[in-house]
Order: sequence, then C-alpha cells, then structure tokens
Amino acid sequence: MAEGFLQRLDTRLDAIDEYEREPVPESKLKGWKGFLGMYAGEHTAGTEFVIGPLFVAHGVAAVDLIWGLILGNVLAVLSWAFLCAPVAVKTKLTLYWQLRKICGSKLALIYNIVNALMFCFLAGSMIAVSATAVGLPFGIAMPALGDWLPTSLGWIITVFVVGLVITVVAILGYDYVARFANISFPWMILVFIAAALAVLPQLGVTSVSDFWPVAKEGIWTGVPAEGQSKFTFWHVMFFAWFANMAMHIGMSDMSILRFAEKWQYGFSSATGMFFGHFIAWMASGILTAAAAGAIAPGLIAYNSAGIAGAVCVVIAGWTTANPTIYRAGLAFQSVTPDWKRWKVTLFTGLVTTIFACFPALVMKLLDFVALYGLVLMPMGAVIFLDVMLFPKFNMKSNLAEMAGLDFNWAAGLTWFVTLLLCLFINLYMGIEIFFLGLPGWFIAALLYIGISVFYQKKQQPVPA
Amino acid sequence: MNILLKIVSFFGLGLTVVPSILVFWQSLSMEDHKFYMIFGMILWFATSPFWMKEQEL
Repeated sequence: MAEGFLQRLDTRLDAIDEYEREPVPESKLKGWKGFLGMYAGEHTAGTEFVIGPLFVAHGVAAVDLIWGLILGNVLAVLSWAFLCAPVAVKTKLTLYWQLRKICGSKLALIYNIVNALMFCFLAGSMIAVSATAVGLPFGIAMPALGDWLPTSLGWIITVFVVGLVITVVAILGYDYVARFANISFPWMILVFIAAALAVLPQLGVTSVSDFWPVAKEGIWTGVPAEGQSKFTFWHVMFFAWFANMAMHIGMSDMSILRFAEKWQYGFSSATGMFFGHFIAWMASGILTAAAAGAIAPGLIAYNSAGIAGAVCVVIAGWTTANPTIYRAGLAFQSVTPDWKRWKVTLFTGLVTTIFACFPALVMKLLDFVALYGLVLMPMGAVIFLDVMLFPKFNMKSNLAEMAGLDFNWAAGLTWFVTLLLCLFINLYMGIEIFFLGLPGWFIAALLYIGISVFYQKKQQPVPA
Repeated sequence: MNILLKIVSFFGLGLTVVPSILVFWQSLSMEDHKFYMIFGMILWFATSPFWMKEQEL
C-alpha cells in the first residue's frame, strides 16, 4: 500500500516538471500578471528578516542604505530584463537543459551538484530562521550575532523538529506550499510594515518628520556592532544588485521566465525588489534597532507584532525553505537517477537540517548569499554569450549538443578559472566578496570567447 | 459568496496593519495592536484560500 502511495506521489511530482526537458509551447506562455505576483511573493521571504538586521549590525548609514537599495535594486531589475529574460524567451528551456546543450551532461552534472549544495545552505538558513520563532514559547536561548556553532541542545532539537516537518511537507505536497506562499505574501508584507510602524514610537518617532533624524541617529547609525565590518553605500548597492545574482545574471530564473511571452516581462521582478528588498529590508532593520540590536528573527518579530509576528517568521522561513529543498532534491536526483524522488528529498532535507544547526548560516548570511551568486555566475555568462552573442560572432552555439561532447572544456575552464581569479582578487587585492561579481562577469565573458575561438576549431558536428 | 469572503479577507488585512498606524499615532497600546494582528491573521488565512487564484507559474 505504501509502495502504491509513493508510486502515485512520484507520478504527481513528475507532473510538476512539465516542459522540463523541452521548450515551453506557445499555448502555455503566460502574461504579466503571474510574473508580478510570483516575484513579489518569492522575494518577501525568511531571508528578509535577517538581511535588514545584518545591515544595521554592519553599521550602514541611513543615506547609504536608501540610495544603495534604490540603485542596487534597479540594477537587479535591469539584469533580469536585459540578461536573463531575453535568453529565457529565446530558448524557452530551463537553465539545466540549456546547460546540457552548451556544456554537455558531465559538466552540467557538476554544476547541478554545486547548485544543490548551495540550495541546501540557503534552505538551512531558512530552517534556522523558522526555528528562532518556534523555539520562543519553549524559552530556547536564541543564537546571537557572534554565534557560529550550535548554542544549546534545545536549539538543535528545535532545528531538527522544524527541519523534519519542512522535509515531510516537501515530500508530500510541494504544490500546496507554493500555493500557501502565494496566499501568505499580502499578509506577510503587511506584517513587516505593521511591525516596523508599531515600534517606531519606542525609537522616538511619533510623527513623520521625526523619522529621518531618528533613522540617522538611532537605527542606521553608521557605526558597526562590535566585531562586525563597516558597510558603505557600495556594499549596500552591490549586495542589493547581487543578492539574487544566481537568479538573474546566473540565469537560474530561466526556469520561470521561459513561460514569458516577451522579454520585457523581466521588468516584473521590480515587485520583488521593491516590496521585498526595499520595504522588508528597511522594516526588519527598524525591528532590530527596537530590539536593542537582537538579530534572531523570531525574537524581533515577536517583540513588535506578537504571535502574528512569530507566525510570520515561521511561514516566511518555511515557504522559502520548502521549494528550495525540493529544487535541491531535483538537482541531486540528476546524480542519483535510480533513487526515488521522495528518498532524494528526504536525504536533502537531512543534509539541510544538519547545516541549519549552525547559526553561522544565519549570522553570515550576507557573505553566503554573495558567495552563492558568485559561484554560479560564470555559467550565467557562458549561457548569455552562447545564446545571444555567439550567433552574431559567427561562432557555434550549443557546442556540446552539436559535437556530441559530454564536457565542453571552453565552458568548464571559463567557470573554474573565473572562480580562481576571483579568489585571487579577493585574497591578494583585498576586494571583498560583495564586489567580485562585476569583474567576475567580464572575466568569464572574455575567457569564454577567447577559449571558444580555439576550442571550437577542433570540434566537428556529429553526423546526423 | 466570493465577495463576502473577499470583504472578510481584506478586513483581516486591515486588522493587520491599521492598529500599527494607531500605535504610531499613540492612540492604541502595543498589546492591543498585537491582539488585533492575531485576529487579522486568522481572518486572512481562513478566507483567502477560497478566492485567491492559484499561482500560475
């Protein structure tokens, strides 16, 4: 009976991946509305409860925050619209299947493993975010800014309970969670706003005209917390731009935008950027200032919005962790195709939960998010050049498919050498990880064109 | 029926955010604001699933 149930489940989960391996047909393309809602929902998530407070801890000044967020978010929207969306609309394929055509199955597999591990870290941080709220009624001591290792047995048990529930739900009903996330978004963004508004009087803001002086002197003071590095306008701008680098420049959102009728739908990402990465980041920064610098999302939300705030943190973490575990499971499944999907998802959930026990994942979230985007970015550059520019340069697109390669060395070397050069720039030139994406993209682009010029001469089309 | 559900849902959203404005104006206590937010949350999640369309993507 159990076997029959799991078989039905497997069939159902397979149905979610419709058009995974083929271009989306014209009849299935979507209009603006779906993308506006999807982006708004996806970017108002558990991470927003952590990023805003970490900006405060890193001593961002109020004026740097406002202008950094505006410019960074505009650049992020432009990256979706001018890099990711045109490629997605042209190919109508997922990132993974486009990569197979360009890079070959073995290189795409390596990319998938790296991607899945990154997803596990991200989902782990969201499990930890939810656990900070779930642990509240039990009096579990919450990790503080300087904590990297598990702080107590109570914390580990809370994380495992939350991880178990999220994993079981990921196995049983991913589509229900996606729907629940959709329903939750309007309420969640209002909880962010309401929580921030309600604590403003505690900070000394009792009229609109009080806000700016208090923002400068009491919230985003420009002075970092002890042991934290100082963030400037440039840190905020580049972080806001590259927080989702894996999705736009890294092309992960091809999976979503391949359903778009026009490339201009990439601009719909503005809803996510300005609700989630502007309003929610600012609101959560206000909450942490009102909680005397506490970072634990459950605690700061409970202080300002009571039980509804704590529930919001649980839902925000859960609705982000769930699809992320599911996606990681899909990526791992390409490595273990003989495993049933539920087994892979269970394994992924276990790995993710173990990661989640370490508060470093939350406290160093800014660094991790920057690393996540940077590691996947070079392959985004490879795809953009291969799809959009190689035909104009009279170079061959989809080389692996054309020449029957399982490892396109031009793409592989571009990926590895770009990351090595970024590491060199970081270690020996002292450029922080937040800024490496920009030079990294140009390094990757030049390398891929340069190596391909020589490499493509040696490759012959496979006879049909 | 849908219209009634929508009215209740939006009333729930109102209960989530309006009390915080009153706290900001110092016309409502923090404790009352937290209580109204619970009520707003229950109203939203009890009614919105019945009329909100499924995500298409």
